Amino acid sequence: MTTRLISLLALICLWQVAAVFANPRLLPGPMVVLATMRSEAASGALFQALGVTLARVAAAFLLAMAIGSAIGYAMGRNGLFDRAADPWVIVLLNLPALVIIVLAYIWVGLNEAAAIGAVALNKLPVTVVTIREGVRALDTKLDEMAQVFGFSPLKRLTHVVAPQLAPYFAAATRAGLSLVWKIVLVVELLGRPNGVGFEINTAFQLFDVPLLLAYALPFTAIMLVIETLAVQPFERHVSRWRPRAA
Amino acid sequence: MSRVGDRVRLEARVASKSFRSASGQSVPVLTDLSFALEEGETGALIGPSGCGKSTLMRILAGLDRNFDGSVCVPTHGRVGMVFQEPRLLPWRSVEDNVRLAAPEASEAEVAALFAALGLSEHQTHFPGELSIGLARRAALARAFAVRPTLLLLDEPFVSLDRPLARQLQRDLARLVESRSMIVVLVTHDLDEAIALADRIFILSARPAHVVGEIAVKTPRAAMSDEEHKAVAARIEALREAG
Repeated sequence: MTTRLISLLALICLWQVAAVFANPRLLPGPMVVLATMRSEAASGALFQALGVTLARVAAAFLLAMAIGSAIGYAMGRNGLFDRAADPWVIVLLNLPALVIIVLAYIWVGLNEAAAIGAVALNKLPVTVVTIREGVRALDTKLDEMAQVFGFSPLKRLTHVVAPQLAPYFAAATRAGLSLVWKIVLVVELLGRPNGVGFEINTAFQLFDVPLLLAYALPFTAIMLVIETLAVQPFERHVSRWRPRAA
Repeated sequence: MSRVGDRVRLEARVASKSFRSASGQSVPVLTDLSFALEEGETGALIGPSGCGKSTLMRILAGLDRNFDGSVCVPTHGRVGMVFQEPRLLPWRSVEDNVRLAAPEASEAEVAALFAALGLSEHQTHFPGELSIGLARRAALARAFAVRPTLLLLDEPFVSLDRPLARQLQRDLARLVESRSMIVVLVTHDLDEAIALADRIFILSARPAHVVGEIAVKTPRAAMSDEEHKAVAARIEALREAG
């Protein structure tokens, strides 16, 4: 933890040093950015933008995880469904995020449903593939044990299947969260009247780098905090039964 | 599967069971294999490696229904099984593993079972923290905790050193005698079969069928070394003939 903090401080120092030599319009120092952040926070605009964007991240993430897990599970369990749905997953996996976003806005309209749907659709195939891998790796011997001892379907899911899928779920969460929040900014930049992505677009048009960083950095920090305080503890919790490596 | 009469009885008649090999051919594993056990009896299945004993156990456990023939098991009761590997849930403690399989078992019952199998100190441990001997005990505890009417033991003590295997056999014999159930035991170990079983069924090589049945005199405690040796010699003779 201390190593991480020192590393982070070193990055900020490097930034400060670079800012001294660079054109202040292109690379403002940390203090300038902090001042801009403070004024944006005082007006309430910063928190409003952060809240809106976080809500979109949460909605798109939950949607993609729920639907993606269900499809991935079905594909892992059913060979016919797997063969039938696999080409679709591959197409979706290789379709550029921008294409999905633009098409969603054209077909559905410039609204919230299109924005969140487009982000979820970008994340969906990654979840499907990860969870399917986990289902394929399920231990049939434990399945047989559960069958002999008459486990109910719910008991099988919570005590036999879910613990085996948890590491895959954690991997999908980790990869998914970072993917989703990056795409959400693009979606906001292209077709939403608020949120961090919209503010960044404004900053871009004004060539206002301090404003850009004042919105981008707090948002990145929030995602890091979620990763450290929610995703990593979850991973540790689900793998607590594994003998720990030194 | 069906129930015949009111008597608790295990009756297995497998006319044929075959697997499809990788090249698409049908490979017979069991043919005309039949045996029966009455309530309270322990039967041991002895046969050469790979003769299909584990396949037969899977059929008895209801895991494999793709065979010709019929198996009548006591349907109103539960099945307890000890697989060749312990097959414990690695992410649940020993106690949770037992409780998940046997939710109706009382606190005292589970505690007594753990005490009888020397597991009391390991209740809160995860299976990964146990030695193989302790993991096998935990698997035994789980099978007993469900109060089975049919208990299936597929080489439960394989890969354990002799003294430990003997001790677990004694623990098992005590538990079996304290309950009324049908036990089917697969083993390679003649002494183990004689020590635990009322009836010993000798199986042939693949495709397996029963080549001989030997009733072991009970109570076993009264059995002399000579009688023990005589039974072992009869089994050996049948094995060679099969």
